[in-house]
Amino acid sequence: MDIVINGIHYEVDNNTTILQACRRAGIDIPTLCHDDRLEPFASCRMCLVEIEGSNKLVTACSTHVKDKMVVYTHSEKVIKARRDVLDLIIGNHPLECLSCDKSGQCKLQDYCYEYGIIESSYLGDKREPYVDTSNPFYDYDASKCILCGLCVRVCGELQCTSAIGFEDRGFDTIVKTPFNEGLINSKCVSCGNCVSVCPVGALTPKAQKFRHWETKEVQTTCSYCGVGCQLNLIVKGDKVVGAQPSLEGPNDGLLCVKGKFAYKFINHPDRIKTPLIKRNGKFEEVSWEQAYRYIRRKVIEIKEESGPEAFAGLTSARCTNEENYLFQKLFRAVIGTNNIDHCARL
Amino acid sequence: MTNSIGEIVDTDCMFVIGSNTTENHPVIGAKMKQALKKGAKLIVADPRRIELAEYADVFLQLKPGTNIALLNGMMNVIIEKGLYDEKYIEERCENFEELVNLVKEYPPERAAEICGLEAEDIVKAALLYAEANKAGIYYTMGITQHTTGTNAVMSVSNLALLCGNVGKESAGVNPLRGQNNVQGACDMGGLPGDLPGYQKVFKPEVIEKFEKAWNTKLSSKVGLTIPEIFNGAHDGSIRFLYIMGENPMVSDPDINHVRASLENVDFLVCQDIFMNETTELADVVLPAASFAEKDGSFSNTERRVQRVRKAIEPLGDSKPDWKILMEIMNYLGYEKRYLNPSEIMDEIASVTPSYGGISYARLENGGIQWPCPDKEHPGTKYLHKATISRGSGLFMPSEYVESAELPDHDYPYVLTTGRILYHYHTRTMTGRVEGLNKLAPSSYVEINEETANRLGIKDGDRVQITSRRGQIQTEARITEIVDDGVLFIPFHFADGAANYLTNSAMDPIAKISELKVAAVKIEKVNDNKSEVV
Amino acid sequence: MSDVRLMIDGQEVVVSSETSILEAAKQIGIEIPALCYDPNLEIEAACRLCLVEIEGSNKLQTSCSTRVKEGMVVHTQSEKVVKTRKDILQLLLDSHPNDCLTCQKAGECLLQKYAYDYDLKFRVHDGAMRPQLLDTSSPYILKDNAKCILCGKCVKTCAQVSDRQVLTFAERGYETYIALDANQTLETSSCVSCNRCVTVCPVGALVDKRALGKLRSWDGSSRVINCKRCDYGCEFEIVSKDKKNIAVLAKPPTNGRPLCLKGRLNTELEYIDEPEVPYRKISGKFEETTWSKALSLDGLLEKFEKMDSLKGKTREE
Repeated sequence: MDIVINGIHYEVDNNTTILQACRRAGIDIPTLCHDDRLEPFASCRMCLVEIEGSNKLVTACSTHVKDKMVVYTHSEKVIKARRDVLDLIIGNHPLECLSCDKSGQCKLQDYCYEYGIIESSYLGDKREPYVDTSNPFYDYDASKCILCGLCVRVCGELQCTSAIGFEDRGFDTIVKTPFNEGLINSKCVSCGNCVSVCPVGALTPKAQKFRHWETKEVQTTCSYCGVGCQLNLIVKGDKVVGAQPSLEGPNDGLLCVKGKFAYKFINHPDRIKTPLIKRNGKFEEVSWEQAYRYIRRKVIEIKEESGPEAFAGLTSARCTNEENYLFQKLFRAVIGTNNIDHCARL
Repeated sequence: MTNSIGEIVDTDCMFVIGSNTTENHPVIGAKMKQALKKGAKLIVADPRRIELAEYADVFLQLKPGTNIALLNGMMNVIIEKGLYDEKYIEERCENFEELVNLVKEYPPERAAEICGLEAEDIVKAALLYAEANKAGIYYTMGITQHTTGTNAVMSVSNLALLCGNVGKESAGVNPLRGQNNVQGACDMGGLPGDLPGYQKVFKPEVIEKFEKAWNTKLSSKVGLTIPEIFNGAHDGSIRFLYIMGENPMVSDPDINHVRASLENVDFLVCQDIFMNETTELADVVLPAASFAEKDGSFSNTERRVQRVRKAIEPLGDSKPDWKILMEIMNYLGYEKRYLNPSEIMDEIASVTPSYGGISYARLENGGIQWPCPDKEHPGTKYLHKATISRGSGLFMPSEYVESAELPDHDYPYVLTTGRILYHYHTRTMTGRVEGLNKLAPSSYVEINEETANRLGIKDGDRVQITSRRGQIQTEARITEIVDDGVLFIPFHFADGAANYLTNSAMDPIAKISELKVAAVKIEKVNDNKSEVV
Repeated sequence: MSDVRLMIDGQEVVVSSETSILEAAKQIGIEIPALCYDPNLEIEAACRLCLVEIEGSNKLQTSCSTRVKEGMVVHTQSEKVVKTRKDILQLLLDSHPNDCLTCQKAGECLLQKYAYDYDLKFRVHDGAMRPQLLDTSSPYILKDNAKCILCGKCVKTCAQVSDRQVLTFAERGYETYIALDANQTLETSSCVSCNRCVTVCPVGALVDKRALGKLRSWDGSSRVINCKRCDYGCEFEIVSKDKKNIAVLAKPPTNGRPLCLKGRLNTELEYIDEPEVPYRKISGKFEETTWSKALSLDGLLEKFEKMDSLKGKTREE
């Protein structure tokens, strides 16, 4: 199909949405409620675009391209409509960017900056405050919720737990667990996938104390079960302070409670920080050299007395491929035994 | 896994046996539930009414240790009704006649009797599986941790071959590996009989190849497995033991025996990120860096090799395990030095055919699934596509055999063990996460209401559980998840550790202990005196 | 200069006797908040945020202006100190507009940083607010008195260049504000748009107008280059997003580097993919101009061409 976006011709497949066509063409369309993994929701109305021959603006996320379609993504009319959308949302949103933990990664903040919405022109009611802090890992603050429905849909369509849903109607709509039982008493399994997709500061990890602009992200592989989820560790200085699922890899942007929240062991004060040698039943801190020398002395002594078959090693399903390779190489090539195993059977 | 995680959402039928997927592999569990939304059928076989059972078209709450009888029963139905894939078997399999002869002895009524099920449910499950176009089997330790574990795996494979589900997208035989790199540890030769890439130590050409690559003499004698190593330590033949990143004092069966063994070795080196029940027994403890502090790679359950990247510097004086191991090798006179893990991967690729095409440069663009024999190979999404790897699919029919230890007059209950969502293995990591401890603070035993009523046990009571090997106290949780006569304890907790009770009797081939079935007795403890009433 | 030994938050530190407590603390990794302190400027001790408690002294002392003494025992995070800092910050917030949502300074603003560190929020009150006095007359600098916290850094850095000295304090008490010359605007005053003041402003009161609306401080990436216009080699940050260089930001003037508009425009032309039109101030009015005029290259270009073509001809002959 041949379509024209902002005056330039593009060839696209049918069954493509306008949003997909624009993204492929490198044209940025703002969205608050869209996620490629989910069915289009067309609720935030930020992706409105103008189509020649049509009076009404259409949502790019849910409208499919037609042959010879002529689309304007940043016309005056479109910009005004998007500004109106933001104006309305900000009118019912607390202005707390000063201290909000989402600041710096908030899509609402990004778009207000881009579209020059400094404050709302509406002086209407604000939503009733409602917070749910019952989950040990994350909090929900309804006053910051923009009702994009990403959390509800990820919980329902991808995580398939359906612990949360929209409650009440109209202006009073909020995201809640059924029967007002609170997250901790709901079906919620604390996977945090709702937190990962929230575009604003409504769902945030607990006890977070950092600004996003002070951090860097490093993509790595989760160290828990064998699924191998890809995640980005959020690093501030020399500490890991958070984890965010990566859209690459077998997990498609999902994590479980351990991958999302159980990174806190990394900087735990209990970590062993120096080599230890047991003397008279008590551990004493020693240097690496002392530890290595001690091991060498014992290896030589036992090998002389009993030969290499008196040695055995348990390698680790928690360590990397490279480390497992070196471990078996140490036993086979250096010590001279095949007495190597690990807990594959547990 | 023969197949990939991403293929699950497009399957027509899932047969989940001995896997509590939503708790132990939560993201795969989510994918399974996505498949259900798209219309896939679900068969669940498990001694516990796990979450997936709620969504199942057929739920088979079988007695622990009876998997083979169930699988044979299902195959009996499929053969009787002529639902097997005749063309596939003819073209790609051998030994079919023997399977037919064996499963003839397992009509659904007999299988149901052994498993404690209804015959009609077995028939229903068999039909669902056989009539699906693409059906995948997913299992974990519920299949393998039995004295008959190897035969159960064979039976799973028999069923998949029977319906032509091996070498097909969104189908296959899919063991879900429990730990982040248990696949990689096996691939890398962390096994007594296998060099990297499952090259056998007893084959002269293999030894010759590695002697050349490593420039040293190698032993061709198959080494000892973990239980044999502990026995060796116990009898004094193993004098030096090096344990890296494991905590057998909680995770292994028959902890009393493990302790006696570890205490008996002359020299115990432990390398870990935290002190734990095992490091306490060590002569030397080496502080390792966590996964966030080093570069490397893990291989996941679908054979996908993925990068681990350093996010922060190692804490204190700790060092990445690879560096410690290299330095020990150097101290012992082996002069090979690696500047970084990327160089180690290059060496791995040079000696391991299935990793031959893997390098860090390629992994930058995402993980690669082995086999990946050369630099141009894109990796392998599912195995046995054109032909079965060994040439043809071999049916390995297996008889049902009872578990090593069955309930009797003295120990009348069956204990089975497993994991829960909120903890990982022996809790050295998850036990240090406050929120997880809030959600799952301590050990407990699941006990059916009928069992509890008979023994006068109420929810939350302290109970004492005893097997022929040990005794623990824990808290009773009355539930319908387990059947009458069956108890379940999560093995994570050092306090009230289930593995004081478990049976170390092994599968003769895989040397896996029968952690899923032990005979025990259970009694209420008097609150004040901590005594048995 | 002799070395003295003192304790800060239980840690021992040895520094020269000339050192301020604030600098001594920095040496052992203790950061004391300060809005008006800048090692390149003279010490004012105006913002009072750097107050610390010294054992044996009843009154809190400003750590930027108090020198270390042998045996001193300093607490930088005592309850009293924290409470005082919170009070100061809250007062500043009370007369500061709540617009971090879109403020160009967000992410780099010290008031925002300390408010976050000390768990403070804007509050609704009916007391006085600084009036919105926005000076939009310059194409290079945006001055917003409503956001000014009167730290005085801009006045001091402007005064460091003897022929500038444009910025001054005006009025008294709550009415105090920063003025240009005798109540002129950026356009009508003698301001040369060097952006020195912008580089030291800890909040959003003085911002680079040519970067306004282009990107947030936390977006994109940046690298620092030295201006090639003259031998001072003032530092500029080249900011890029989506593989395009989109803005040039002046870095704080150090080591006697003056910063100037010509250098900035030169850098813009050299690095920015699509530079905006330049402006020149002609008798108190900003006028759009050409790049060759802005960089005083008028006439030179023609001469370049002429010379180059002459050279070519000579070679050909």
